[in-house]
Amino acid sequence: MFQQLPIPFLILSFLTILSALYVVTSKNPVHSVLALIFTFFTISAHYVLLNAQFLAVVNLIVYAGAIMVLFLFVLMLLNLSKDTEPVKSNWWGIAAAISAGSLLLIITAAFQVSGEAIAKNPVEGIGLVKALGKVLFTRFVVPFELTGILFLAAMVGAVLLGKREKNNAVLIPKEERSDS
Amino acid sequence: MSLLNIFNQVEISHYIYLSTVLFAIGLFGVLFRRNAIILLMCIELMLNAVNLLFTAFSTYMGDSDGQIFVFFIMVVAAAEAAVGLAILVLVYRNTRKTDVSFLDQLKG
Repeated sequence: MFQQLPIPFLILSFLTILSALYVVTSKNPVHSVLALIFTFFTISAHYVLLNAQFLAVVNLIVYAGAIMVLFLFVLMLLNLSKDTEPVKSNWWGIAAAISAGSLLLIITAAFQVSGEAIAKNPVEGIGLVKALGKVLFTRFVVPFELTGILFLAAMVGAVLLGKREKNNAVLIPKEERSDS
Repeated sequence: MSLLNIFNQVEISHYIYLSTVLFAIGLFGVLFRRNAIILLMCIELMLNAVNLLFTAFSTYMGDSDGQIFVFFIMVVAAAEAAVGLAILVLVYRNTRKTDVSFLDQLKG
């Protein structure tokens, strides 16, 4: 099944799955973030293979550049390290593995039943900025403008949540806190 | 023109399997981990699995709507990460933990 696949695709897929596994299994959150950045890089490489050059660049800028840097900042702001990582019993791991494995099995089986009739009709040049911009600013111009409102709402919400208030309602009593 | 003539060698089914595996890994992380930051990261991983599948279908079907949809998913993911991390910082400020199991003390 895998012998006729081109080597770059195999290597990229292998790296993607391996680094994704490292994201969920690593005990250190900083290692998880770095592994996730690496996963995004490999997914960007997949986009290049798929002729989606614009998405490859946007994926790098938005995910690896902005979102993951935000994650890293919060991680370092909260000063989390290996010893603050909560531990779960093995039963949780087994139950989670069974659930995720069941989902994998079901989707794969469903595809095996119904996936034969997919057309294979590649068209060149649809992943470039020119083609995508034409579609984005004609047919999808209303959703594109609405994303501006969404960003404004998200920005206001984030600032409002992050603002420190004088009499903050606390979830735990003051004497149980470790510091402050 | 692609770097490789990949369409003659890679079926769309391989991308479906790859995305499914990535999505399952993300789901496993959401169920298994308790650190809220890792949970958000696993959600990003699941979103990326869906993005990859959208792009694969878009390219193989020769229709650019899928790639526009991926663009919007990225926008929503960015907004979600910003608000989610702000909530996380707020929770940490109140409880000194990022353990999501601690939040079962919330009363509605």
